[in-house]
Amino acid sequence: MILSLEHIYKDYVQDKLVVPVLKDINLSVEEGEYVAIMGPSGSGKTTLMNIIGCLDHPTSGEYILDGKSVLGLRDNALSDVRLNSIGFVFQTFQLMPRESALENVCLPLSYAGVKKSEKKERAMKALERVGLKERALFKPTQLSGGQKQRVAIARAMINNPKILLADEPTGALDQKSGEQIMRLFKKLNEEGVTIIMITHDPKIAQNAKKIYYIIDGVISEDEEKARSTAEALEKEEAMEDDFLIENEKSDNEKQEVASDENS
Amino acid sequence: MLENIRMSFKGIWSHKMRSFLTMLGIIIGIAAIIAIVSTIKGTNEQIKQNLIGSGNNTVKILLNQGDYQLEIDEYTSVPDGVTQISDETMKKIRKIDHVVSAARYLRRTDYSGYVFYLNNSLSGGSVNGVDLDYFETLDYVIRKGRGFSQKDYDDYNKVAILDEDSVETLFPGEDPIGKTIEINKEPFVVIGIVTSGTTFEPTINSEEDYYTYYQESAGSVYIPSSDWPIVFRFDEPESLVIQVESTDDMTSAGKAAADILNAAISPTDDTVLYKAEDLLEQAKEIQQLSESTNNMLIWIAGISLLVGGIGVMNIMLVTVTERTQEIGLKKAIGAKKNKILGQFLTEAVVLTSLGGIIGVISGIVLAEIISRVADMPVAISGPAAVGAVAFSMVIGIVFGMMPSYKAANLDPIEALRRE
Ligand SMILES: Nc1ncnc2c1ncn2[C@@H]1O[C@H](COP(=O)(O)OP(=O)(O)O)[C@@H](O)[C@H]1O
Ligand SMILES: [Mg+2]
Repeated sequence: MILSLEHIYKDYVQDKLVVPVLKDINLSVEEGEYVAIMGPSGSGKTTLMNIIGCLDHPTSGEYILDGKSVLGLRDNALSDVRLNSIGFVFQTFQLMPRESALENVCLPLSYAGVKKSEKKERAMKALERVGLKERALFKPTQLSGGQKQRVAIARAMINNPKILLADEPTGALDQKSGEQIMRLFKKLNEEGVTIIMITHDPKIAQNAKKIYYIIDGVISEDEEKARSTAEALEKEEAMEDDFLIENEKSDNEKQEVASDENS
Repeated sequence: MLENIRMSFKGIWSHKMRSFLTMLGIIIGIAAIIAIVSTIKGTNEQIKQNLIGSGNNTVKILLNQGDYQLEIDEYTSVPDGVTQISDETMKKIRKIDHVVSAARYLRRTDYSGYVFYLNNSLSGGSVNGVDLDYFETLDYVIRKGRGFSQKDYDDYNKVAILDEDSVETLFPGEDPIGKTIEINKEPFVVIGIVTSGTTFEPTINSEEDYYTYYQESAGSVYIPSSDWPIVFRFDEPESLVIQVESTDDMTSAGKAAADILNAAISPTDDTVLYKAEDLLEQAKEIQQLSESTNNMLIWIAGISLLVGGIGVMNIMLVTVTERTQEIGLKKAIGAKKNKILGQFLTEAVVLTSLGGIIGVISGIVLAEIISRVADMPVAISGPAAVGAVAFSMVIGIVFGMMPSYKAANLDPIEALRRE
């Protein structure tokens, strides 16, 4: 097992209101697996991905990555985990606009302290793997969406991480480019890379060996089960809210009585 | 590091106008400081030169009584316990650090008309009894005729050497070589003319300066010191003149020489002392006056640097906001806080250093313009230029720290969420 999430909760606090986004997430991924996580917009996919990617801390729960608990780690240690164990691919590519494809791919190597001569060589190889060797010196503005995403994949894979995290990797691409990216993912997975991919497109999700559904912060392999659990929780929350509002009302009444007595 | 610098230049270049405007405060501040420092240095060097003479580097060590120079003439008696300077003492003086050469001399100002050629008198000039090293020590060169020889001293030859001013006074339109002049009723044959090897154009800042200048220009007659008793008296106290390696050695070497001379005499009047004529000290006092006014200007230029620094901080904050996404991505793919801090700090330092370098160049140009237009002396100071660039680097570090720290602590999730 390469990673496992146990009872992960994540709340956001907005205007003093606690908004639960992830509710009791339990998820284990084996090494070499290819997992897709599906769900409607706003269901908490990106939040979950950020926690898996060690970018965000859950409110509670346990996260074991590669046999070690990562939740107690300091910022610098988490940076090292992201640098060496995880590759990121984003919906909007996130390339440095002023740097060439080659320089973009080189970026993680500078943080890993790789020598300059070796850096170029390795970045070139990575670009070759995604079929963009001839476009090494192109700037992102000179590349198509699909090509940009392939540069981003080359960058994600340059330090040979065990895990590739992709958040809607085909979300900004046309169908053909999307399929190309899926072929690349398949190839990487066959080479042994564990892939966790987020998508809301069922066709894209079909490329994975396993699909999870996340609905309103509840995850399950069974879409229906996720929905019904989420709805049950929703009702509970609503009842709690009503209870709170009732309490607030009675508090206000008490205060009014108190101020009446004072005057 | 090199990578950071390369990236910084790229960033600065991609916002040429903005970067230039940001640097402007630093440029103006540094340029003003360089121009002011150059003018101060120029003025100081001129003061030094005017007062001391350039390249000559000689210090006179004269006998003083109380606060005044002790001038010997036929009406004053030789103070008790003051002997002439021995060869032994001279040896010690020549051993002082940075002393190149030393010479003894006796001098009388010709107020009452000792020196004549026919009807021409050297009134106001001076008669000097000098040793063999005197001309060399003062960088005087024989322009015509010959200098003194050891034989002139041994045989008490009554020979004289004139300087150009005394030639003009005594021999207008005549060749003095071989002519006989009268010094205190004794006949002396003119054997040569000396001229100062270095030009000396004193500025007159005080009555004393005027007096010195007047004495210098009225003309001097030189005779071998061994002849002094023939014209004047035995055992008159001598003065000393030393040449040192550089202007900055004058004060210390002068003091050391005066100490040696004072150790060799035992005057009954203990206010009788040898003192070095400290022109350097005088020069410094005048310099300090000009410096203190200019220091105010440097403070004003400093305020410009402060404003420039705040401008840099402001633009760096803007840059951090603009590049939030880039920072978020870099942190997401594994950049540590220090890397991000270093990147932005480098960018701030490159920005201010560039401003500093442009400022130094502008300052030098400005100084040149001042020297041409206002006819003021300027001297470019190397250390000031280096210091200015170093200081602008420090400004970059100080004012870049806050924005860089902000960048380093950005939450990558927040940063990536922004589109
Ligand atoms: N920083 C935040 N503060 C408050 N609420 C947030 C924050 N980030 C995300 N959310 C909320 O959490 C929910 C899940 O967001 P996200 O994980 O981005 O969903 P998805 O990626 O599935 O579309 C959304 O309702 C969103 O508004
Ligand atoms: Mg999302």
